[in-house]
Amino acid sequence: MSWISNVVPPKIRNFLAKREVPQNLWIKCPETGEMVFHRDLEANHFVIPNSGYHMRMNAQQRFTHFFDGGTWETIPVPEVPLDPLKFRDERRYTDRLRDARAKTGMNDAVIVGAGSVDNVPIVAAAHNFDFMGGSLGMAAGEAVVTGLMTARDRKRPFILFAASGGARMQEGVLSLMQLPRTTVAVEAFRETRLPYIVVLTNPTTGGVTASYAMLGDVHIAEPGALIGFAGPRVIEQTIREKLPEGFQKSEYLRDHGMVDLVVHRHQLRETVGRLCRLFGAEALPASQAVAVAEPVEA
Amino acid sequence: MPIYLDFEKPVADLQGKIQELRALGNDGDAVAINDEVARLETRASQALADIYGKLAPWQKTQVARHPDRPHFTDYAKKLIEEFTPLAGDRKFAEDAAITAGFGRFRGRPVAFLGHEKGNDTESRLRHNFGMARPEGYRKAVRIMEMADHFGLPVVALVDTAGAYPGIDAEARGQAEAIARSTETCLKLGVPNVAVIIGEGGSGGAVAIATANKVLMLEHSVYTVASPEASASILWHDSSRAQDAATNMKITAQDLQKFGVIDRIIDEPVGGAHRSPDEAIRATGDAIEESLGALDNLPAEEVRRQRREKYLAIGRTL
Repeated sequence: MSWISNVVPPKIRNFLAKREVPQNLWIKCPETGEMVFHRDLEANHFVIPNSGYHMRMNAQQRFTHFFDGGTWETIPVPEVPLDPLKFRDERRYTDRLRDARAKTGMNDAVIVGAGSVDNVPIVAAAHNFDFMGGSLGMAAGEAVVTGLMTARDRKRPFILFAASGGARMQEGVLSLMQLPRTTVAVEAFRETRLPYIVVLTNPTTGGVTASYAMLGDVHIAEPGALIGFAGPRVIEQTIREKLPEGFQKSEYLRDHGMVDLVVHRHQLRETVGRLCRLFGAEALPASQAVAVAEPVEA
Repeated sequence: MPIYLDFEKPVADLQGKIQELRALGNDGDAVAINDEVARLETRASQALADIYGKLAPWQKTQVARHPDRPHFTDYAKKLIEEFTPLAGDRKFAEDAAITAGFGRFRGRPVAFLGHEKGNDTESRLRHNFGMARPEGYRKAVRIMEMADHFGLPVVALVDTAGAYPGIDAEARGQAEAIARSTETCLKLGVPNVAVIIGEGGSGGAVAIATANKVLMLEHSVYTVASPEASASILWHDSSRAQDAATNMKITAQDLQKFGVIDRIIDEPVGGAHRSPDEAIRATGDAIEESLGALDNLPAEEVRRQRREKYLAIGRTL
C-alpha cells in the first residue's frame, strides 16, 4: 500500500485495493526472481515453469485444479458461534473476520467439497492461507469435522489440503479444542477403512500439524513446503541460533520419516487417485469419467 | 522465606511488620506486642483472601507458575501408593519432562502420568521445565495403551508451558507425537481424567488432557498458546504477555463457562503453594469422584461419551 492508504477512509481504500489485482499480471518467483505471466502460471497450476517453485494456491484454485473437470459439489458447513471471546487487540476480531471474508469470498478458512479425482469419487477439504493465515478456529474445525463425517457417510476417501499457521489466537482455548474435536472425526472416519490422505502445502504449522494434518494414512507434501510444529521464528528465539538449511522443508520431513511422498503438483491428482484405488476406493465407470484439463507448460 | 508475587505486596508488608514485632517481642512489652501481632495477622489473612478472591488472568498465570506450587512429583508422593514410574518410549529415548507409570490411587491401580517442571535449577534442567519432546508424548502413548490393555483408568496431571520448540524435537516429529497422543486419549476404552494443576499450554497440554473428565485447579490456566507466545504471534512482541492473558480467557472460571472443562477444584486461600497438602487432598477427592462416575461403563460407552463431549464443545455457547 502507498501513502494514499493513510489518508483515504477505509471504504475507498478497499476499492483501491481491489483495483490492484488486475494490474498484478506478472508474478515473480520468490526463489529465482523469474517473472511469469499470471495466466501462464495458472495454466501451469501455479508452479513457476523453470524453477519448479510451488506458489501458494487459495482454496478455490486448489479445488479447481484438483477435482476432475474443475467442478465439485460444495458441502455446507454448520454455523458456529461468532467471536466467543469478544476479542479485540488493535482491531476487533469481528472486523478482521469481515475483511477476510470480503478478501477471499469465503465464510472462513476451510472449504469442503465432493467430486472425483482421476475418476475416483472423494470428499476433500482445503485451507485457504489467505483467510487469516488459514488459521484453525471453530469454523475451520467444524469444516474439517464436516468433511470427515461426510466422507464417512458417503463411504468416500478423504483428502485434506493443509495450509495454515496454526490455531486462531482470537478464539483462544476454543480454537485449541479443535485439536481433539478434529481428531474425534479422524477416528470416526477410520471406521470406513477408506484412505485419509493429507497433502501438506506451504506452510503448515502449529495446531493443524499437531492434530489432523499428521494423522493421515498417507502424508504427501508439495516440494519445498514449510511443515512443522513450532514456527522457525519461535525455534530461533528459543535456541538462539540459526536454523540449518532446508530445516522443516518437505524433503527434510520425508528424510526424517514424517512424510511419505514429496509430489510435484502436476503428479498430485494421479498419485492421489492411484493411492485411493490401491486402498480399495471404487472408481467411476468409464462412461461417467470427466474430461480433465492437464497442466500446460508455459 | 516465602516467595511473594508482585500483587501480594500488601500481604508481604504486613508479614514483614509481624516479623519485626516478633523480633522485638524478646525485650519489649510482650502482651502489647502479641495483641498487635494478632491484629496484623488478621489483616494479613484478610488481605490475602481479598487479593485471591479477585485475581486477574495474568495474576493467575503467575500463581500457576509459582515455584512453590505443588508439581507432579508432589501429587504422586501424596496420592499414589507404590508409584512405579516407567521409562522410555521404546523408540528413541527417555524424556523426564513427562513422568508416567503405574501405582495405587486410594486402593485401585491406575496409570498416573503428567508433566514435571522441577523445583530447583538441577531438576528443572533435567525435566526441561516440563516442556516435553516427542519421546515424552510417545512414552505417554505407551503408558496409556498399557493401561487400556490391563483395564486400568488413566489419570493425567497437566503442567506445561507447551511442547518443547527445538530442532531435535522437530526433527523427530513433535507435531505427529502430539497428534498421536491426543488420538490415543480418544481411543481409550478405559476412563481417563485429566487435571490442569498449573499451566495447560497448547498442544503440549491437549496431548494428555483429552479426557472423559477435565478438571482445573482454581488458579490454573489453560491456553491455546502461552501468553508470551500469543503476544508474539498477535503483536510480534512477547513482552505484551499480560495483554494476551487478559484478552484470551484462560482462567478455569472462563473455561467452565465455555464448557471446555468439567469441574473446578477450589484451592486453599492464597493458592495451592500456601497449603500444598490441602490442595493435593482436594485434587485427590475430585479425581476419585470423577473416576467413580465412570466406573463399570463398557469400553464402547467410555469412548462414545468422550467423543460426544468433544464434538459438543463450542457448538452452543
